[in-house]
Amino acid sequence: MTVDGFALAHLRRSPLGHLADRLAAAEATGPGGVRLREIPFLAQLNLRLDPAGPAAARAAEALGAPLPTLAGSVVATADLRVLWLGPDEWLVVGADGAAPTIEHALRRALGDEPGSVVDVSANRTTLELSGPSARSVLEQGCSLDLHPRAFGPGRCAQTTVAKVQLVLDQIDAEPSYRLLVRGSFAQYLADWLLDATGE
Amino acid sequence: MLLIACPWCGERDETEYHYGGQAHVAHPADPHALSDAEWGAYLFVRDNPKGEFAERWMHAAGCRRWFNVVRHTVTHDISAVYPAGQPRPVPPSDEHSEVTA
Repeated sequence: MTVDGFALAHLRRSPLGHLADRLAAAEATGPGGVRLREIPFLAQLNLRLDPAGPAAARAAEALGAPLPTLAGSVVATADLRVLWLGPDEWLVVGADGAAPTIEHALRRALGDEPGSVVDVSANRTTLELSGPSARSVLEQGCSLDLHPRAFGPGRCAQTTVAKVQLVLDQIDAEPSYRLLVRGSFAQYLADWLLDATGE
Repeated sequence: MLLIACPWCGERDETEYHYGGQAHVAHPADPHALSDAEWGAYLFVRDNPKGEFAERWMHAAGCRRWFNVVRHTVTHDISAVYPAGQPRPVPPSDEHSEVTA
């Protein structure tokens, strides 16, 4: 991140940066293990367009994968995850620093079609909860059925965990989950997860 | 707690939703032609049936889409969920309606 040539990256503070030590210390290993960490500053872009219109195909080409049309599904490429948020709304998640590139590509894809591309990277931070016990930790505060018969890798959901609205994205079958939560709720959610992992 | 099936996201807890009141209240074609009483009736007067009631809900903590639900105001039984903009589905003829509008 640069402004007029000055690097500003070292000035950034992630919502949970001050908790990194506590999150790392809460790691439990073994068959009932669970790990918790923050993945700060992920690029997040909110994309809205008509899924049946010409811009959808162009956006798919720009992203390198078709936009997921099934409710609560995720399409992953080598460096992006495209999450279904609504019938005409997606969240494109990429690596730290990738937002301007993705935004430019999506704006070109959208062209003059009705829709929007908004960089919402600063809206949320990401908590990653993984390990064999991750699901039982999450189930203490989430009413969704997270059992593999109903939820799994490649699925996402907007729901509440411990009453906090978030986007839940299952990364793999270990299981690993990403919880994309608003910055102002992140401390509360991290405290709740730390408490839940201790049970 | 009601378990409401969002047309897109599936069954979710009532706490994920926002209530939007009676469905199918059409905006007057020419509001200027209405008297104050008629405008007041459009704004504020709603049905209050003891029985099946078509109402609007929005999946606030999920996909944030509005849709319609037919809910029984006594038993809370939900007999239909359908996207906004669609007409209220006709109930099966063998079902007894207790609507006393």
